[in-house]
Amino acid sequence: MSDKTTDKTKEPKSSITRRSTLLGMGAATGAGIISSVSPGFVRYAQAQTSEPIKLGFECHRTGIGASYGRWYERVANAAVKIINDEGGINGRPVQLIVEDDGTDPKRGAEVVEKFATQHKVDAVFGTLFSHVVVGAAPRAGELKMPYLVVSEGTHVSSGSLNRYCFQPGITDVRSQVTSMAPWITKNLGKKVTMIFPDYAFGYDHRDNLPPAIKAQGGQVVEMIAVPPTETSFTRYLPRIPTDTDVLYHIMVGPAVLTFVTELGQFYGSQRPAIFGFIDSVEAVNLATPQLGFLDGTYFWEGMPRYAQKDQSQWDKLYRAAVGVDDNGASKADPKDISTYAHMYGVWETLFTIKQAMQSAGYAGPKDKAKFIEALEAIEKFDEGRDHPQGDKIFNGKNHQAYGHQNISKVNGARMDVVHRTSIEDGMYEVKADYTKMSL
Amino acid sequence: MAFGPFLLLATLEGLLQAAVLTLTALGLSLVFGVMRVVNVAHGEFYMLGAVFAWWVASMFGMHPAVGFFVALIVSPIIVGAIAFASERLILKRLNYDPESTIVATIGMLYIIQQTTLLTYGPDARPVPAPFYYRIQLPWFGYSGYNLFVIVAAIVMLVAVWFVLSRTRLGLIMRATQFDRETAQAFGIPIERVYAFVFAAGAMLAAIAAVLIVPIRQAHYLMGLDPLLLSFIVVILGGLGSLRGTVVAALLIGLSDGIISVFFSPTLAKMISTLLVALVLVFKPEGLFGAKAR
Amino acid sequence: MTASRTMRVIALHVAVLAALFLVQFVLPDYHYLAMTRVMVLAIYAMGYNMLFGYTGLLSLGHAMFFAAGLYGAGMTAYYTDLGVPLAFLIGICCGALLSLIIGLVALRTTGVAFMIVTMMFGQVAYLTITYFTDYTRGEEGLTMPASARNFDFLGLHVDLTNAVLRYNLALALLAITLFVILILVRGPMGRVLIAIRENEPRTLMLGFDTFRTKLGALVVSGTISAMAGAAYGLLFAYIGASFASIQYSIEALLFTLLGGAGTVLGPLLGSILMFYMIDIASEYTAAYLLVTGVALVLLVLFFPKGILGTIRERWLPWLP
Repeated sequence: MSDKTTDKTKEPKSSITRRSTLLGMGAATGAGIISSVSPGFVRYAQAQTSEPIKLGFECHRTGIGASYGRWYERVANAAVKIINDEGGINGRPVQLIVEDDGTDPKRGAEVVEKFATQHKVDAVFGTLFSHVVVGAAPRAGELKMPYLVVSEGTHVSSGSLNRYCFQPGITDVRSQVTSMAPWITKNLGKKVTMIFPDYAFGYDHRDNLPPAIKAQGGQVVEMIAVPPTETSFTRYLPRIPTDTDVLYHIMVGPAVLTFVTELGQFYGSQRPAIFGFIDSVEAVNLATPQLGFLDGTYFWEGMPRYAQKDQSQWDKLYRAAVGVDDNGASKADPKDISTYAHMYGVWETLFTIKQAMQSAGYAGPKDKAKFIEALEAIEKFDEGRDHPQGDKIFNGKNHQAYGHQNISKVNGARMDVVHRTSIEDGMYEVKADYTKMSL
Repeated sequence: MAFGPFLLLATLEGLLQAAVLTLTALGLSLVFGVMRVVNVAHGEFYMLGAVFAWWVASMFGMHPAVGFFVALIVSPIIVGAIAFASERLILKRLNYDPESTIVATIGMLYIIQQTTLLTYGPDARPVPAPFYYRIQLPWFGYSGYNLFVIVAAIVMLVAVWFVLSRTRLGLIMRATQFDRETAQAFGIPIERVYAFVFAAGAMLAAIAAVLIVPIRQAHYLMGLDPLLLSFIVVILGGLGSLRGTVVAALLIGLSDGIISVFFSPTLAKMISTLLVALVLVFKPEGLFGAKAR
Repeated sequence: MTASRTMRVIALHVAVLAALFLVQFVLPDYHYLAMTRVMVLAIYAMGYNMLFGYTGLLSLGHAMFFAAGLYGAGMTAYYTDLGVPLAFLIGICCGALLSLIIGLVALRTTGVAFMIVTMMFGQVAYLTITYFTDYTRGEEGLTMPASARNFDFLGLHVDLTNAVLRYNLALALLAITLFVILILVRGPMGRVLIAIRENEPRTLMLGFDTFRTKLGALVVSGTISAMAGAAYGLLFAYIGASFASIQYSIEALLFTLLGGAGTVLGPLLGSILMFYMIDIASEYTAAYLLVTGVALVLLVLFFPKGILGTIRERWLPWLP
């Protein structure tokens, strides 16, 4: 996979620059600058007009994020195929390079280094789990490597990362929660109990739901944090207060089916209203017999897993391209349920990369700054083939996209959208501003 | 929820935990008791049990119960065969040196886990329960299958007890455990006993896994938790002691369920792990049988 | 010990360090960054080797010392404005203190019990980090702020985002560690340690306070491991709970076993080889940890002394 020949021709040149920086050590010279002033690097960049644009996909192929990783990879391949069939980006084909990070933050950081310095990619994208994003993002920033995540986490939007990190393909949790809280309190009830994973992703919910519910005159009566490695959940359930109107649940990882099953056994038919993030059943078949109790409960979905009556032509097209049937399962294997509610983010991110590279006239790594500025200049995305989930507003300051959210009701082992929020419902005051950071 | 029902639920959960844990830990304890080696790959035999259960169950498409009961027989046999082979190929060559064995079984842990990842894949896959029956109590519902697991574990325990204390096989194993050299002098084929015991220990873990897999899913990383818990149980209960293991598993299972009512489960795990480590430090002879070599 | 032997040993180690210094002028970019990480991990493994290789105590919880340094330094740099150099020292002190406490308790056991006790303490350390998740952010971890990446120290401007600086800092730490260990193991303490490894009761009978010597070895070992952790967190700007997991304890064992337990350079060699074996394997398969497993089994079956241990046995008896 690695480009050995270019590595070899480069060696003597970059060693000269390294020696000169060694002499002047103490001067602030980043690795990126070293390579960009290297003569070898410039020649490489000029000679590559027909060379592919390389995109590094940091994939959770193994570890606890594997079901997401597999589908993210399929979507990435499908999107890249379309981009290449239409002539690539700026006349150059796109080459996808995949590296597994094992859903591990240390390996994630190493993978970013590998992309930047061995594969010499033009951008890295696709990381999902928050802890991997947070572990890898500083290295991406210091290597001046554009890093576009599809994570939902608030790490990008809150301003805790750096100028090279973007989340243009999927709305962050804070906005999702803010936009849905009014619907929850109005339609399901005002006393809310939360069950969430006791780590970063869960904290995004823990920190943002209570104020949003409170703003609607409701109240979060109990917050139950479950360690991320937990494999059995029944013992947490008695902590749900009996006067709870709404049970709000979100769970990730391999144990999600156990969680929903045990919830069902605990409650049976006498249950409070239940509102969950689809993450709790993502990649899980709703037709599993133990999940019957979910009938009549509600889920957040980024993009509806089951094809809706008013399905847009874009959803139809996208669904076909990524090989998913009308029930959200793989066309090749109906037992293989997709992570449909999230994975569109990979597709939209890739088309965003294409859009920004085109408007920047991107010709090679020397144009990275222009690429970043082009991304920051984006203000909105229109619904269409490139953005099948719907239109979005993009904030160039905190590098975050804001879109519509779907609330779906489970009806006999399928889900139907009952409410779609407006983009404005999910807007909040943005304090972060990455554009003030240097490039 | 009122305290009474809360306690009832915690107890039921604790019993379930204890049932599975007893079988798993018993396998570990048996291996240590007879062979004097610590098998760090024990959790992976548990995981293999679950994975083979999924494999068998998915081949028998008819009624879930058929697949399940076939898996209950077939899966432990395959796991036992794998354990037997690895004992012959690796542990025997190390001459059962305790420290080398730990290193080698750590290696086996990775080999088994990663081979599963290569073949079975990284997903958690469900195995349907042989029956689905929900018991509605006034305060909460509980799965009938969970109760079945508890009963099945008790039946297994009785069977193990019977083999160990009432059969010639058990006598041979006890003799080997008691004094290896003398047993050999009396014509007991020590090596075959070792291979058999190692396989039997793995099979117990596999049976526990087949029982639990309809409740939790089969996943390639599921082996670590039972391994650490089994260590705790085996150390507390005294190695090689059937009664000690059962008592310790009950204690850990129940207290885990009940303590986490009052404290965070992470804190509960922290405290219990620390306490067990201290027990091992300050009462090593009592808990390690005669003496660790 | 003859003078020429000492000269040979010093020459060898200086040559290794010089090679590591020179190789940076020709290493391709990726390997440049990778070697920086590997050198820090090698320090960790060298700390581990102090206990396992020279004293014969196999710990399965050394990640807790690495994590003590990582968190001691990283949390200080993140939450206070004491500055990176002081944070680094605090990280090392955390490791020294933790290893002293653990040593006082765990060294009451030996053999298999010691392995399991250290493994459990390691697990407690891991759980502690995840328990205080409000401060540590648990598995997600913390990213070092900009103030910990660019700062002034004794009138010099230090830019830790500079790959060249990082490489040479790591190399300097490695050099210090190498010579500290060399002096220790070739001095009187080292001889007592090896005596303990070979026959503890006899050493005790000869009038040595073996408990104190072992405690000393464990504290040195833990402190060096903590220094590696502190350096890792500060150099690469990220601290997270996964570094305290049992997998990292096993890595130190693996690096040491592969290179040769009880040889000064073994852990360094083991770290380099293992890193690249896993890195290359990950290009072919998702199950790259399979390499770890196979390596462990093969080593323990066929090369229990590791690479340098075997070389010393066959050809170079003077190798320290």
